[in-house]
Amino acid sequence: MCDCVAVYTSKTVLKYTIRRLLLMIPTLFFVSLITFGLAKAAPGSPFDKNPDKPARQATIDRWNAYYGLDKPVHEQYIQYMGNVLKFDFGTSVRRNRPVSEIIASGFPITAQLGMQALLLALAVALPLGVISALKQNTMIDYGSLFFATVGTTIPSFVMAIFFIYIFGLGLKLFPITGWGTPQHMVMPTVILALGAAAFLARITRASMLEAIRQDYVRTARSKGLREQVVIVGHVLKNAMIPVATVVGPAAAGLITGSFIIETFFSVPGIGREYVTSILALDYPVIMATTLLYAFFIIVANLSVDLVYGMLDPRIKVAK
Amino acid sequence: MATASTTQERAAELNVLARKQRSLWGDALYRLMRNRAAVGGLIVIAAAFLVAIFAPQLAPYDPIAIPQNPSTQMEPVWTGSKYVDSRYLLGTDFLGRDIISRLIYASRISMVVGFIPTFIVFALGVTVGMSAGFFGGWLDQLLMRFTDIIYAFPDFLFLLIIVASFRNSPFGKIMDGLMLIFVAIAIVGWVGVARLTRGQVLALKEREFVEAARSVGASSGRIMSKHLLPNALAPLIVTAAFAVPSAILGEATLSFLGVGIIPPTPSWGQMINEGFPLFSSNPWAVLMPGICISVVMLAFTFVGDGLRDALDPRMKT
Repeated sequence: MCDCVAVYTSKTVLKYTIRRLLLMIPTLFFVSLITFGLAKAAPGSPFDKNPDKPARQATIDRWNAYYGLDKPVHEQYIQYMGNVLKFDFGTSVRRNRPVSEIIASGFPITAQLGMQALLLALAVALPLGVISALKQNTMIDYGSLFFATVGTTIPSFVMAIFFIYIFGLGLKLFPITGWGTPQHMVMPTVILALGAAAFLARITRASMLEAIRQDYVRTARSKGLREQVVIVGHVLKNAMIPVATVVGPAAAGLITGSFIIETFFSVPGIGREYVTSILALDYPVIMATTLLYAFFIIVANLSVDLVYGMLDPRIKVAK
Repeated sequence: MATASTTQERAAELNVLARKQRSLWGDALYRLMRNRAAVGGLIVIAAAFLVAIFAPQLAPYDPIAIPQNPSTQMEPVWTGSKYVDSRYLLGTDFLGRDIISRLIYASRISMVVGFIPTFIVFALGVTVGMSAGFFGGWLDQLLMRFTDIIYAFPDFLFLLIIVASFRNSPFGKIMDGLMLIFVAIAIVGWVGVARLTRGQVLALKEREFVEAARSVGASSGRIMSKHLLPNALAPLIVTAAFAVPSAILGEATLSFLGVGIIPPTPSWGQMINEGFPLFSSNPWAVLMPGICISVVMLAFTFVGDGLRDALDPRMKT
């Protein structure tokens, strides 16, 4: 009996997941179309980047023919997408390296930076949000609210400047740019984590305050449970549901944040690669990285919806 | 006429204080004005506006022209280093231009870029969202599919791609690149507003007062403008209040990456971009615009938070 219900539920979830995954195809298709169109609408070509030493027209023509850029735009798009389906993402125009190689070398770095930042953000935000909710309207609460407001408001690159000034130039604790040693990772990770931490702390606090006021908490207290048991077993457990749902958007925020932070600190990840490729109109890299980012954002959103359904039995997957 | 006075009289009879009657909006304004952080934010924003308007009167030097004999980059007077000139309180940038004057003129960019795209975003987003929610059908389908696609793009990526693609075209040169930034922010932002308005309208149009309006023969246009819009306004105002700082942030970030405002016109983000290579020798040329951005962003956030709490106390997060 119980098994039947479980099978039924997991089947529905599976169906829902498959439907969402299929919906991803048209979305990614349009993302690629828009990106390709915009990259192609850009005046200029990737080969005239140095105004002091313009290349000869014959050379440019040869390059264009080599990269297939002399064909009509729609043909280029069809050819490109055909190659993508064969997992061939083309060659970087700027660096003359296969795009897959560029992504393979940059992705682990970006993923590491992002994971470190997400873990740090959670490690800071959850205790901070919980404590400030339990000590509502005390100095601790005001302090963490101030942190949350400042952290979500001040742009990451401005925060990076303040950090470099204080910890890099002033105290000389950490190197200013680069990547590789643990010391290099501290500032980019902390600054990337800051925005997410502030956002998550705010949600955790609000969600805790909401849960504390529920009737089941009063019931738990009135039947004489110890305060610790009430907080951990009743309040915390329920307060974490909304928090879990915003980890996805927070992760998406970290992805976007990584462009700025990687560019700022010269971290050789795909975020920096992306910014430089956009500035240089290196469209094979632009296309591949945009699709990769769009893919991760869609997957993040989907997993949030699924996790939400698992955590909260009140939520039913539609259809 | 009698109601108010009767209330007063009844109150006097019962020996209790009658509360002055206020409209919903008056009530919200009252709550906003009691929020100290929001009032502080409003004062900062008003001051920033005044600085932007009276920039030519306030700025001691020309923010763009490079001085005749540019000496070395000057540091702010309080640093006490030997590269200090009392004529330049905050020092000079790498081309010898006065930093105070450039900061003052740069406030113009931030103020304009905060409000104009927000206005376009709302005009477009509310119109489309309201029509889609009210009429449904193909327009609604189109809007929803379109938002699905746009949501898969991180906002800033989309902004960066648009700006990078068109900044070398003639359009990208209008008003030192400001026009392109306006349009790009509007293209990226209107979809979210349309979706929000649609959701509001979908919920509101089933309510009795809309049915009542329809039953007395009100036209669709009248229902939308007189019944739906005023009721959907509160969350839209809050969204607009947060759209302004995010537009300012967008411009600052683009300019910081070197694709925003075209030099020599100063903008805070661009001053950071220009000063950053020499950060270790003169950090203040970079820190000052950073402080300006932070203060203005915080002011807008405080006002946005205050508006949200004032307009809908339940929406508190």
